[in-house]
Amino acid sequence: MEDIQWIVGLQGILVATIRLATPLIFSGIGLVIAEQAGVVNIGLEGIMLLGAFTGWTIGFYSGSLILGLAAVIIVGLISGLIFALFTVTIRANQIVVGVAFNMLGIGLSGFLYRTLFGREIGLLKLESFQSIEIPFLSNLPFIGKILFQQNILVYSSFVFCLLAIYVLYHTAAGLAIRSVGEHPRAADTMGINVFLVRYLCVLMSGVGAALGGAFLSIAYTNIFVENIVSGRGYITLAIVAFGRWKPVGTLIGALIFGLFYAIQLNLQSLRGIVIPYHVFQALPYFMTILALLSMRGRAIRPKALGKPYEPSA
Amino acid sequence: MLLSMEKINKIFPGNVVATNNVSLEVRQGEIHCLLGENGAGKTVLMNILYGMYQPDSGQIYYKGQPISIHSPKDSIENRIGMVHQHFMLVETLTVAENIILGQWKPWKNLKEMEKVHERIKNLGEEYGLFVNPNALIRELSVGEQQRVEILKALYRGTDLLILDEPTSVLTPQETVQLLNLLRGLADKGLTIIFITHKFEEVFQVSDRVTVLRDGQLVGTTDTAQTTFGELAKWMVGREVFMDLDRSKSNSKEVVLSVRGLQATDERGLLAVKDVSFDVHANEIVGIAGVSGNGQTELALGLAGLIEIKYDRLELCGQELKKITAKNLDRIGFGHIPEDRQGMGLILPFSVAENFILGEYNSEPYSHYGFLQNRQIINHAQLLVNKFSVRVSNVKEEITNLSGGNQQKVVVARELNRNPNFLLVNQPTRGIDIGATEFVYQQILKQRDAGSAVLLISTDLEEVFKLSDRVLVMFEGQIIGEVPPDREQIFKVGLMMAGKQVEEELA
Amino acid sequence: MQPQLSSGSSGKASHSKINKTSLSRDLRFVWERSKKFLTPLVAIALALGIGAVLMYLNGYSPLRAYSTLWWGAFGNLRNISEVLVKATPLMFTGLAMAVAFRASIWNMGAEGQFFVGAIATTWVGIHLGYLPPWILIPLEMAAGIMAGALAGMLAGYLKVRFNANEVVTTIMINYLIIIGTNYLVTGPMKEVTQDSFPQSALISANAFLPRIVPTTRLNIGFLIAIVLSIIMYLLIFKTSFGYALRATGINPEAARFARMDTKKIALLVMALSGGLAGLGGSIEIAGLAHRLFSNVSPGYGWDGIAVSLLVNNNPLGVMFSGILFGALRSGSEIMQINAGIPSVLNSAIQGIVILSVIAFGAYRFISNKKEGKE
Repeated sequence: MEDIQWIVGLQGILVATIRLATPLIFSGIGLVIAEQAGVVNIGLEGIMLLGAFTGWTIGFYSGSLILGLAAVIIVGLISGLIFALFTVTIRANQIVVGVAFNMLGIGLSGFLYRTLFGREIGLLKLESFQSIEIPFLSNLPFIGKILFQQNILVYSSFVFCLLAIYVLYHTAAGLAIRSVGEHPRAADTMGINVFLVRYLCVLMSGVGAALGGAFLSIAYTNIFVENIVSGRGYITLAIVAFGRWKPVGTLIGALIFGLFYAIQLNLQSLRGIVIPYHVFQALPYFMTILALLSMRGRAIRPKALGKPYEPSA
Repeated sequence: MLLSMEKINKIFPGNVVATNNVSLEVRQGEIHCLLGENGAGKTVLMNILYGMYQPDSGQIYYKGQPISIHSPKDSIENRIGMVHQHFMLVETLTVAENIILGQWKPWKNLKEMEKVHERIKNLGEEYGLFVNPNALIRELSVGEQQRVEILKALYRGTDLLILDEPTSVLTPQETVQLLNLLRGLADKGLTIIFITHKFEEVFQVSDRVTVLRDGQLVGTTDTAQTTFGELAKWMVGREVFMDLDRSKSNSKEVVLSVRGLQATDERGLLAVKDVSFDVHANEIVGIAGVSGNGQTELALGLAGLIEIKYDRLELCGQELKKITAKNLDRIGFGHIPEDRQGMGLILPFSVAENFILGEYNSEPYSHYGFLQNRQIINHAQLLVNKFSVRVSNVKEEITNLSGGNQQKVVVARELNRNPNFLLVNQPTRGIDIGATEFVYQQILKQRDAGSAVLLISTDLEEVFKLSDRVLVMFEGQIIGEVPPDREQIFKVGLMMAGKQVEEELA
Repeated sequence: MQPQLSSGSSGKASHSKINKTSLSRDLRFVWERSKKFLTPLVAIALALGIGAVLMYLNGYSPLRAYSTLWWGAFGNLRNISEVLVKATPLMFTGLAMAVAFRASIWNMGAEGQFFVGAIATTWVGIHLGYLPPWILIPLEMAAGIMAGALAGMLAGYLKVRFNANEVVTTIMINYLIIIGTNYLVTGPMKEVTQDSFPQSALISANAFLPRIVPTTRLNIGFLIAIVLSIIMYLLIFKTSFGYALRATGINPEAARFARMDTKKIALLVMALSGGLAGLGGSIEIAGLAHRLFSNVSPGYGWDGIAVSLLVNNNPLGVMFSGILFGALRSGSEIMQINAGIPSVLNSAIQGIVILSVIAFGAYRFISNKKEGKE
């Protein structure tokens, strides 16, 4: 009897792990694509907030989550476009632009939410995405529930990761992206439009971040609260470094963090425990620092990362 | 006429005139040399042709049609290829991947790479350009990388191939091979534009030659109908070979003595393996070698900028356990670095501020930690006059100065300290002949004043002109020493390619 | 074949061009002279403009909003003093950012450093409250500075020792410190009373900073901020340490070449930056809040980034931009109360200010380039 309880408990944690990893997979894979092309998008936090707000608001008003998602993708594209305009075309410092984006994200989502919903902050709920059971696979013992009884966004995040792997490492487009992040001038001399590649990749990171944020408000929970993203945008930056700028590494990093979150929530809900819950709250942030420290060697990061490309006049 | 560039004007920000009404005509199937000093506008003109720069005015006719080239993509479509002086290769990709980069439709699957490998091998056999298509670029030697650059152009089909100073990274032997290869390509109908500042190469390889000076066209002529002297006059506007006035070195006092020095490069690979040598006072020791054979790491190591290991190192009679900033300061160390803008100067700072880099924290420029503006300005004014740096106001940002004047600032600053040990790395790269001459004189003057000078350069002419002794570096080792005798140049070339010939040289 | 020497015709052409554009050159000269001051003003105007559009689209009257904001900020003496009260912490965090950004160290941790400064000061103010003010006040400030400096140096150490990106580490440290503050005010440092407000006890009255104008909340913390702005300006632009700091920020390779210890400079800069933010937290407690609670900083650390960037990280400029953002903050709170406009809009406006500064700089960059081509 105790054995079964233990297994069910573990299964519960792993189910939560996958769910809590999903927003990080979305934002992380998007960021991998942008960073492979040489652009660090520090504005993820802000874009995730805008995504969370948009998805929830459109979903709430229209009653259609699909419509909400479409709006989220549009917001992601617009954010990516503006970020690229500043970092790629204007060639501004990517950190400064990112910081501005995060302020903008906090300010806009907060302002609009309060304007639209006034006092009912955090009380309004919508019908969030439900789990989809994949035939046969979902009946597998133990892992069926973990992997194959999740909602559509969870599956999409994995598809997003597979797509990124395919494009980056199995197509000519991937070669172009990696060359732009490594030696943009060489890419330029081979007739590759460095700006275009960077724009497209930053757009991908915008969409990834917006979807990741939206997952929090319309799939993981069904409410929007201010600052719902609570640092996941910044954590994504660490995960991508931890994952050595590769989709698979990033996926693993996201899953590890999902596990931290899941364990943290699980421990927090345990009764009669003497450790203050603040310790568990602090866990993901602490682990992020550790993840960064475990990262050694610059050799593997794209050489042109963070450097604006100055085309010849 | 395959190509005709007419009245090309290009002015860079800050009113730097790069090309001034330059015209160039290139015939089908010829090898056309573009000759000129550093900064004469050769590279800019070719970058305009390749679409890297947009001209401010002028017209290009190609194969009888007026064309406009906005980006390398346009030039590639017109079957124009270019081998840049700094290779345009992505180090983390393979040879084959570099070759097809940008040529395929984005969604094409990389599985089809097999066919590419096959074609690269065939091309290699046809032209004698052997490289393993599956190798990563960073695993290749400089010579091999150049082959990849040429293969890139041949693979996608090129009628006009531009090579920018292709021999600057090669040994004399490799140079001969390259020139033969180009001759062969031209015989097969390829048209080649060959940028160089070396007269010999013009006569060795070209059918016709165009000379540029200060961004202006001087003239075009058949190579067969011109002479060395005439080209030299065209190129610099006066006789070239400055014979440097110098006395024989006779000092026995060892200033720098190194035994068993080792250093690693950025990637952590051993770049300098067990190097030992002495530099005496009143002596210039030149280190010759093809770039990338450990010279950079040797220089950075001796300057205390990267960690190195050694068995024994003595500087001015003191044995040093570790090279630190303090040690170097005490001993009197001057360093003219390889990368002037990246290391020797802080571009947004003023000329005056740049003159105190390295001494910013010592009297009289800093008093109780406060910068002494008047002293700094006076000091700058003094050095500007003494070293004839062309600048209107020492408070001006140093970015606004020409490359030659920037280098003069570096040289002035480092020599003004009257160092006992002077480390000089590539002192004249990219600066005009007037400034070059000046820099040479200053280095010699410093030697005559008793300094020990270690000169690192990939320019053999430079090494031979300045040095009292020449050491040859290859793959991180010093593989021989020769006297700076012009007749030895070919032997040095062999050594630069790794051939041990010390015995013969005796 | 003879050399075809080309004539200098193009030189003449450019001469006539210069004459034609002499008027615009004069204008440009005036412009060159004044753009340093105009950039931030235009950026602010642009941001307020976009803010107005946002408000309009959401059914607010921008005119009413901004007049409320203006009145709220400068309507009467009390409001003006309140602006300066709000400006004080912003000047400290702004200075913290200016020092770090000048060295190209992206300290995003001012928020956390502000908090640890506040915690340390509260602790000293409560536990050593028996000391006379002339000992206690310097002591509590020193504690705040030390705490902030240590928090800054932690991230600095991780950067120089492990090459850990300071943007991520400082933000993570912020979260840890804020969670820590929540823990302290609900646990160990919680005031012992019946009600359950998560806040510390009051600090000793001996620890209170003197007020400048007794009827207002404006205290000598503001004067300290002004003095520090000047000191920081001198430090960055007039000392050899400042020279090294700027050199490291612009070109670390060249700094190392000039035998500067860039790692030591990074550590010192993080300590200095953290210390300034910590002092901000300290003065917020000693001068105003008089006790610790979890939103003793409503984001002053983040505001500091915009404060500094608006004036191109110049400490003298921080005095003005600090007051400007203080007015925005103070005014927007009044705006929320009187016009019902969420004050969180402030954050968005700051983001837009930064982007406008960049966009405006880019415009200058492009126009300079064109100038070069003439």
